Amino acid sequence: MIVIIIGFLVVIMRLWQLQILQGAELRKISESNRLRVFGVPAPRGIIFDRNNVPLVKNTSYFCASLIPEEFDFRNVPMLAKLLKLSEEELSRKINRKGQSPFTPVRLKEGLSFNEVSFIEARRSDFPGLIIEIEVSRQYIYGSVGAHVIGYLGRLSPEQSQNPAFRDVPPAAFIGQWGVEKIYDQSLRGTAGQRIIEVDAFGREIRLLKETTPVKGQDLTLSIDIALQKEVEKAFEGRAGAMVALKVDTGEVLGLASAPSFDPNKFAKGITSDEWSGLMLDKKLPMLNRAVQSQYPPGSTFKIITAIAGLEEGTLSDETAVTCRGGISFGKWHFGCWKKGGHNTVMLHRALVESCDVYFYEAGKRLGIDRIHDYATRLGLGKETGIMLGNEKKGLIPDTQWKAEKKKSPWFLGETFVNAIGQGYVAATPLQMAVMMQAVSNGGRVLQPTLLRDAAPALLSEAGVRPSTLDEIKRHLAGVVNEPGGTGGAARSALATVGGKTGTAQVVSIRKDSKFLAEKFRDHAWFVAFAPVEKPAIAVSVMVEHGGHGGSAAAPIAKKAIEAYLLPDDKKKELINVQN
Amino acid sequence: MFRIDRRLLQNFDWLSFATVLAITLIGIMTIFSATRQPSEAAQSPLYIKQIIWMFIGIAGMTAFLSFDYIWLSRISVHLYLAGILLLLIVMISGKTGMGAQRWINLGPIAFQPSEFFKLMFIIMVAQYLSLVSGEIDLIQLLRIFLVIVFVPFILLFKQPDLGTGVVILLIFFFMVLARGLQKKALVFLLIASLVSLPFVGNIVWSGLKGYQKNRLIAFVDPEADPSGIGYQINQSKVAVGSGGFFGKGYLNGTQGPFRFLPERHTDFIFSAFAEEWGAMGTLFLLSLYLILILRGLDTARKAKDVFGRTLALGITFMFSIYFFVNIGMTLGMMPVVGIPLPFMSYGGTALLSNFISMGVLINVRTRRFSLFY
Repeated sequence: MIVIIIGFLVVIMRLWQLQILQGAELRKISESNRLRVFGVPAPRGIIFDRNNVPLVKNTSYFCASLIPEEFDFRNVPMLAKLLKLSEEELSRKINRKGQSPFTPVRLKEGLSFNEVSFIEARRSDFPGLIIEIEVSRQYIYGSVGAHVIGYLGRLSPEQSQNPAFRDVPPAAFIGQWGVEKIYDQSLRGTAGQRIIEVDAFGREIRLLKETTPVKGQDLTLSIDIALQKEVEKAFEGRAGAMVALKVDTGEVLGLASAPSFDPNKFAKGITSDEWSGLMLDKKLPMLNRAVQSQYPPGSTFKIITAIAGLEEGTLSDETAVTCRGGISFGKWHFGCWKKGGHNTVMLHRALVESCDVYFYEAGKRLGIDRIHDYATRLGLGKETGIMLGNEKKGLIPDTQWKAEKKKSPWFLGETFVNAIGQGYVAATPLQMAVMMQAVSNGGRVLQPTLLRDAAPALLSEAGVRPSTLDEIKRHLAGVVNEPGGTGGAARSALATVGGKTGTAQVVSIRKDSKFLAEKFRDHAWFVAFAPVEKPAIAVSVMVEHGGHGGSAAAPIAKKAIEAYLLPDDKKKELINVQN
Repeated sequence: MFRIDRRLLQNFDWLSFATVLAITLIGIMTIFSATRQPSEAAQSPLYIKQIIWMFIGIAGMTAFLSFDYIWLSRISVHLYLAGILLLLIVMISGKTGMGAQRWINLGPIAFQPSEFFKLMFIIMVAQYLSLVSGEIDLIQLLRIFLVIVFVPFILLFKQPDLGTGVVILLIFFFMVLARGLQKKALVFLLIASLVSLPFVGNIVWSGLKGYQKNRLIAFVDPEADPSGIGYQINQSKVAVGSGGFFGKGYLNGTQGPFRFLPERHTDFIFSAFAEEWGAMGTLFLLSLYLILILRGLDTARKAKDVFGRTLALGITFMFSIYFFVNIGMTLGMMPVVGIPLPFMSYGGTALLSNFISMGVLINVRTRRFSLFY
């Protein structure tokens, strides 16, 4: 009797503990048993080129998943064969600790349509095996423009701590590079939510609440995909970069870095092998050379030396210098690229034939600080402010810089070298395009933008007389169009092109490139604008170890200019996707 | 002899019957709720089966009321031997359920002989104890144990139906204790069980099937694997606790119908009930069982002879043990052994045998005045 009463008291105390004391907490657990919150990803905004050509597509892809609770573990070898996974890998994926056995485990992603139908046919043999659909991004032109468009990736651990990504579902893909990253906020839209009542097997019983996702905003880039495609094709496996700007607005018409990578590999979650493959690749495909690499600009820098000389009055059209293949200064000898010399040349021929000795003299008359002044006014030596990641600012030396950084005075010999774009001078291909743009639009240094119809943002006025710029443009037209000009390879039937070649020494041996191992060959440069009469596009091309600028870089610039100036129907032919 | 006369009706234990009927009806309601298909129109027919079994049970109860229980003492040996035979049949040609053979197929119906055996066993023990005069000494205890308890325990253990095996052991010892045990025998019993515990425990452990071991592990450490072994216990606690004070309301429970709760209409029916009715409901249900048990003890006290008293005690002990072990299990206080809650859990054989046991119990109370016969 007493035992019975005590027993009842114990039971009642336990009930008190569970139902009254822990009631609220256990009620919460039972709710979370029953309710599943699914994020419904919003369709991502589409990215278009400047002619409204879509560059990306949202596509769905298939994944094989498994609900461990329903799976018979004796079937592991058979399932491994079906999914073409190793047995160890499969068991490792299934035996993930600390998760409800009712939560599906992702086994394989990105199944081909054939694989899906094959699995579907055998699915009844494997209870718990399900096919899930995921939305993914397809980059229609593959590696073309990848450095601008960027790619998607899962939230990194740091990002998932960041409040800015709070409403992004944990498994969702967000922009991690390029435009996809810069404009991620507006592209990704607002994810919806489905609150679903499920049973213990995870089966949906009913929908309790649903908020529909809001589609991300479309984005129209300033990029011309036809130009972009032609240029990237023209690099033909060489490393380098190209930037094309719209002269009056600063819109980036094309921005290429070769070699490139295929962003489609990222869209379904890149494997760590593929990622480290890309990162360890000696050709650095993930490096955006147009903004992240700086090189000595070589003879393209002579444009700046010439402008500075004309503006400062130390140089005029009629200034003549006699080139004997080099000059001696003290115990040093400064050679011209043309061993036989150019004889007596004036500014026009000096630019057309890119005489080094002429610009040693011009540099000597100006001094490094005045060259620095004009280079800086034309946009060099500082970031352009394009939002692509890790932009380098280049280097334009002056005496103050030398004193601070090298703790030594400036030598006149250094002026010679820097006046022709060698030595300390360094610039990114983007900066050289900005400089070319400012020269061709009357001196307005515009911030490069990746969006079409963006209001032009003026970085600075170069403060150069229009007459000086007109004169320079005339000389640059000669570089391309006159006999003996170094830029003849850029001559086009579509428009008069003006430009300047550059060959930046990698090692200080004057030797013909073809006798040198590739990594010692010179970097080839070409900066150009067209049409000369009414400039519309400014281009800069840099080919790493390409040899001479006139032969390696100028043809690529020509491709860019022609692709941009082509009528619309011809453009369509260029961008027809074969696959 | 098989006549229900007016005197019988006058002395009939309406309170016990009403209590048992109320528990059964609550059980049927809960079975309906716990097995309902949340997304489908078709409802599980289990509750209808249980209603049918309830009527069969009431009929069985009436049948066991209609004769004087004294008669049972005369056929006790026959009943007991028949029971052993049934257990043997199960062993030889049983139907397997949950890794254990407990069923015999009789055409469309399958039944569990062990359910009936408990009652036969209690009658046998009651008969034996009623013949012993004075306090039971050690020799007698061992003799009873070897003659009556040992064989069925081994048979049940081998089935394996560990739950029922342990229950008949417990019933036996409680009945002996209630009958009166010599102090010497009691001390010996305690020492013997203490000494042999690790030894027997080891044998029992190695004789257990995998799922039985898992249940014990899960009891000791339910967090070891919340979604595997300890899952049942945790989900049961969640179900009971989430009821709170007022409960989620009838047909609003989710742990049962959504199958988070395993065995939601059989062993864990109390959890399903507690989820929907909360502390109010469980207190009400507990008081029904308290009435049932106290009334049974009262019946034993008022019984006219030793056999009747021992019989009533045995049946009441059986109900109590089932009740406490099942509730203890659903509240995470005891290991999971497959033991149903009397009159609540789904199961035809169990319900019938419980009603029959109730019939015997009421029989003892109704015929407590030897004068009338």
